[in-house]
Amino acid sequence: MLSIRDLHAQIGARKILKGINLEVGAGEVHAIMGPNGSGKSTLTSVLAGREGYEVTAGKVEYLGQDLLAMEPEDRARAGVFLAFQYPVEIPGVNNAYLLKAALNAVRRQRGLPELDAFEFLAMVREKMQLMQMDESFLNRGVNEGFSGGEKKRNEILQMAVLEPKLALLDETDSGLDIDALRVVANGVNSLRGADRAIVLVTHYQRLLDYIEPDVVHVLSDGRILKSGDKSLALELERRGYDWVRQEARVA
Amino acid sequence: MSSQQQDLDALVAQKYRHGFVTDIESDTVPPGLDEDVIRLISRKKGEPQFMLDWRLKAFRHWLTMQEPDWAHLEIAPIDYQAISYYSAPKKKDGPKSLDEVDPKLLATYEKLGVPLHERARLAGVAVDAVFDSVSVATTFKDKLAKAGVIFCPFSDAVRDHPALLEQYLGSVVPYTDNYFAALNSAVFTDGSFVYVPKGVRCPMELSTYFRINAANTGQFERTLIIADEGAYVSYLEGCTAPMRDENQLHAAVVELVAQTDAQIKYSTVQNWYPGDENGVGGIYNFVTKRGECRGANSRISWTQVETGSAITWKYPSCVLTGDNSVGEFYSVALANHYQQADTGTKMIHIGRNTRSTIVSKGISAGRGQNTYRGLVKILPSADGARNYTQCDSLLMGDRCGAHTFPYMEIRNPGAVVEHEATTSKIADDQLFYCRSRGISEEDAVNMIVNGFCKAVFKELPMEFAVEAQNLLSVSLEGAVG
Repeated sequence: MLSIRDLHAQIGARKILKGINLEVGAGEVHAIMGPNGSGKSTLTSVLAGREGYEVTAGKVEYLGQDLLAMEPEDRARAGVFLAFQYPVEIPGVNNAYLLKAALNAVRRQRGLPELDAFEFLAMVREKMQLMQMDESFLNRGVNEGFSGGEKKRNEILQMAVLEPKLALLDETDSGLDIDALRVVANGVNSLRGADRAIVLVTHYQRLLDYIEPDVVHVLSDGRILKSGDKSLALELERRGYDWVRQEARVA
Repeated sequence: MSSQQQDLDALVAQKYRHGFVTDIESDTVPPGLDEDVIRLISRKKGEPQFMLDWRLKAFRHWLTMQEPDWAHLEIAPIDYQAISYYSAPKKKDGPKSLDEVDPKLLATYEKLGVPLHERARLAGVAVDAVFDSVSVATTFKDKLAKAGVIFCPFSDAVRDHPALLEQYLGSVVPYTDNYFAALNSAVFTDGSFVYVPKGVRCPMELSTYFRINAANTGQFERTLIIADEGAYVSYLEGCTAPMRDENQLHAAVVELVAQTDAQIKYSTVQNWYPGDENGVGGIYNFVTKRGECRGANSRISWTQVETGSAITWKYPSCVLTGDNSVGEFYSVALANHYQQADTGTKMIHIGRNTRSTIVSKGISAGRGQNTYRGLVKILPSADGARNYTQCDSLLMGDRCGAHTFPYMEIRNPGAVVEHEATTSKIADDQLFYCRSRGISEEDAVNMIVNGFCKAVFKELPMEFAVEAQNLLSVSLEGAVG
């Protein structure tokens, strides 16, 4: 589904991604782990199309399309979803309004009829139950005055509503207490399916107790140094990242 | 098809949607201003002596005044002798019905989206259509008349209701008030008059569409709205103007009087030609709008959405004379390209327990300069007065400006006055967030701007709110990216 080949990207003159190679197949869950500043968030930002990053080399193919050539909104409509590490507040814009506009933009692209207000509400209510969110969320401004945990839940709610094919989760676990983490993980797990891929970016193994990855990658200094199964995450938790870097240097 | 028609089509096709000129012979006096011109205006309108005397007093006072230059604006000098002060569609008598109205005029309204005979009735709105300076059609007079509401062109009021005029005209905005109010008092040609009698709730929203048409004709509208004891009226004003190269001066005066327990809601969506991307052309909009809550428990609300004009200079204000009276000001002002907006309000608290609310939302884009200028004045007599002011600015791009000048004069130690102000940039983060959810950049900008303006839009009557949102979208096209 997603094929990244030798991806190089920089902000200004600072090189951040230095040759990423990654293959993610449908139905798979990949976890990308790594120390601070290793390029994890840059990777998801580049994939979602955030401005300010210059791709200097490499290719990204998503469902046979050149992902990097697409506008951010076109990527979203084609089924790419980024759950933000720091979701922004948009004062005065109704949460439900944004969500409905987003859903209908995606549905148009998929050749599905747009949902009217009633159909939309019925659908959202169901998803909100899953996320244990109060209905008052719908009528608040987008992320306006939300706590850190509420913002993260809102991201996963959006994901659940938009039903993406490729979900990128950027440190969705950061700042969550254990109960919220469980709820968010439930939301993510409910989306696991044969035709969907999930890429989790995280610092900690903790999230992976709840969302079990098929593949774990270690990203350090802009490169994927090591990949393995979920036991790699446990090993990282125990031993830190230095040994991976040393191993890579020796190799 | 005549070449003139082709010209017209070409104009219609241009960027400014309402940029077209209707080909109607105008009865226009030559440019220039002296007492003879004022006498001519008064005679053409068949006015009683008191009206002419008032005009002349105003004119003589105007001659002693200096043009103000204190606003945060850059204004090319205006040559008042180069303006023609009267222009009326050429017709022997006023039309008795729509059938008698010049079809070209009606076509103009069609283009503006104001089909008098249909949409007005469907929407339940009475439209007193001001075309240049003379009102050509008024609808729903009967229904209003049954309720006892007077809603008519100003000239008709001068003729038919001189007693009301003598009592109220200039009682809120005297001709000595300011330079442009004095000029208006001397040369005003038309506008609207509303009188809602005691205890009457006006059965429909009253609406006037203004339109400046003849080249080089300054518009000097005069509006007077009186809500007598316990009366309620909601008045909508919407404006469009054709494309022009020269700057056009518009110096209107609006006076509102709310007696005891009365309520007046005045809503404006203003969309005059702002000049092109390079700042050429556009309307100068120097307006004096003021309402007086004369009686106890009265209430006046101003809601405005300002997207037009090259230069806007406008402070809809409330004088809170009656005890427990309430003044409100809700404003969205947009300055795009080279537009300059200097707008705000004055809340003058005189009566006891008077309350006022100010919510101002300024949007600056392109090289637009947006200024909020507001005065909250609490007099010693205003025990228990309260004011809340919220003043937010949104910047789009890095070449525009937002300025806030809040003035407060508090002369009563018991007053509670709050002021909140924010300035924010429309963040790339917000845009990216929306786009990453599949929403196009243009829709995202509209969504963010409309969210920013929400507190004001919810004060507008429903249909007007939709119009206002559309207007903002059109006005902001290409502002980002």
